[in-house]
Amino acid sequence: MKLKQLSVFLENKPGALSAPCRLLAKNNINIQTFALADTREFGILRLIVEDTDKARRLLQRHGFAVKVTEVVALEVLDQPGGLATILDALDGSGINVEYAYAFTAKSQGRCLLVFRFDDPDGALKILKARKITTVGSDELAKRLTP
Amino acid sequence: MNKNHEPPAFHPASALDYLPLSQLRDLQFARLKDMVQRAYDHVALFRQRMDERKLKPTDLRTIEDIVKLPYTTKLDLRDTYPFGLLASPLKDIVRFHASSGTTGKPIVVAYTQDDIADWTRAMVRSFAACGVHAGDIVQNAYGYGLFTGGLGAHYGAEALGASVVPISGGNTDRQIMIMKDFGVTVICCTPSYFLHLMDRAGELGVDLKELPLRTGVFGAEPWTENMRERIEAGSGIKAYDIYGLSEIVGPGVAMECVHQAGPHIFEDMFYPEIIDPKTHEPLPDGTEGELVLTTLCKRAMPMIRYRTRDITALEPARCACGRTLRRIRRIGRRSDDMLIIRGVNLYPSQIEAALLKVEGTLPHYQIVVDRQRGLDTLEVQVEVTNEALGDTVGALEQLQKRLAHSIESVTGLRPEVKLVAPRTLQRSEGKAKRVLDKRIL
Repeated sequence: MKLKQLSVFLENKPGALSAPCRLLAKNNINIQTFALADTREFGILRLIVEDTDKARRLLQRHGFAVKVTEVVALEVLDQPGGLATILDALDGSGINVEYAYAFTAKSQGRCLLVFRFDDPDGALKILKARKITTVGSDELAKRLTP
Repeated sequence: MNKNHEPPAFHPASALDYLPLSQLRDLQFARLKDMVQRAYDHVALFRQRMDERKLKPTDLRTIEDIVKLPYTTKLDLRDTYPFGLLASPLKDIVRFHASSGTTGKPIVVAYTQDDIADWTRAMVRSFAACGVHAGDIVQNAYGYGLFTGGLGAHYGAEALGASVVPISGGNTDRQIMIMKDFGVTVICCTPSYFLHLMDRAGELGVDLKELPLRTGVFGAEPWTENMRERIEAGSGIKAYDIYGLSEIVGPGVAMECVHQAGPHIFEDMFYPEIIDPKTHEPLPDGTEGELVLTTLCKRAMPMIRYRTRDITALEPARCACGRTLRRIRRIGRRSDDMLIIRGVNLYPSQIEAALLKVEGTLPHYQIVVDRQRGLDTLEVQVEVTNEALGDTVGALEQLQKRLAHSIESVTGLRPEVKLVAPRTLQRSEGKAKRVLDKRIL
């Protein structure tokens, strides 16, 4: 089960990050989680939101360059070795983790991580075989609703 | 697909495009003599310059004698601002236009009623040459006002019998809505604005290929063959190059026919020459140099051998359309846009061509030249697009590298490429500002 992530191009200058966030806020779109990658010149804001299409259209209409990427949300035990379990599963498969970040919400001693793999479908097959739980967008919405 | 790319019916206004050469030369000479006489009688600057050369209007015996006449430059228009080059009394002037003039005073041009009628005829012939016809719906997105583009295209399209939407420039979302709702078939604007419009239509989910729009009349800035390919592939329309400049009349000095093989100059109205921009020697057809134009009909403000600064060549071969009018090669550069960076000549069009070779980027760019510790620096800022955007830092750095490599292979100069957010580079009047030279030379 894959999730859609939005990547927004930002120039590395004061105020660049707040502009898209304010726009989403004004349109009542909640950011479920995000990560920021940056270099000296530019940054990429990666967002998981509930209505990806609506957010993408909104951002593009306001002049942001936006790309949609498929990522995978995985449940891991919140204990030593939790992350290693996933990486062990993929060991030797040739699948590369391009980047990863986390959801802040935890439930029943488990936390959620977002992974971008170079081969998301290949990764899913392996992870399923190892009984690692993936979380789709509906389940995600349920878990994040207080 | 709703587009109709059928070959156009012949328009009677185009008959002059096919005048036998001997008749065309006779007509040019007769008009030249009358125009030079008017200029000599009424414009102090022209009279003074001809007197200095001991030249009288009656000394002109054939059209070739045009080379005896003195050149006119943009500086002459500035020096005589605003009315010093008028050959008609102010009471006969019905219209002024002016250049945008980013520094100091603008360049002013004037028209009598007959001049407006001539300009309209040139624009009718321009539209007819690329198959625009009565019944077309023409969205005129050139700026209306002091700029000649808007009103020039407007009068021509109306006289042709088309239905004109005088929308002027800007407000892209409304442009796209009207294009779709009105079933617009022809658009007039700068090529860089059309690329922006294509990009925006994509974002709004409007497929230009599905609209009746079939023809673009693009001008007012230099563009490249790559840009034409990108426009045609992305929108399904045919893109035609129109050439003109305010000092001569505005748009409609030259226009491409359906063969898209370079604009035909309406030579019976605008006499072309090519000269060496350094030595000022006339050059033969087929040789690249600076385009010099003489207005053969203008009354309010005749121009004798005006140096356009545009670098091109007169195509010696006859076009497949059979017009006797000579064609100019696509103008990719101007003699005054040339930058010299670390001793290397650079034209902005070279940067554009290099950027267009890289997939997924649009030619919205700005060249920033500076000098640090005595060394010229070249920075090229490029707006990223949804298509070109990667979602990792590595992918964006790759894109920067590909762009830098492409620029280096075209120009021989290694640039610093900076990616910037969409629509952050300055645009003015639909013409993109391409060069920022911060060097204090």
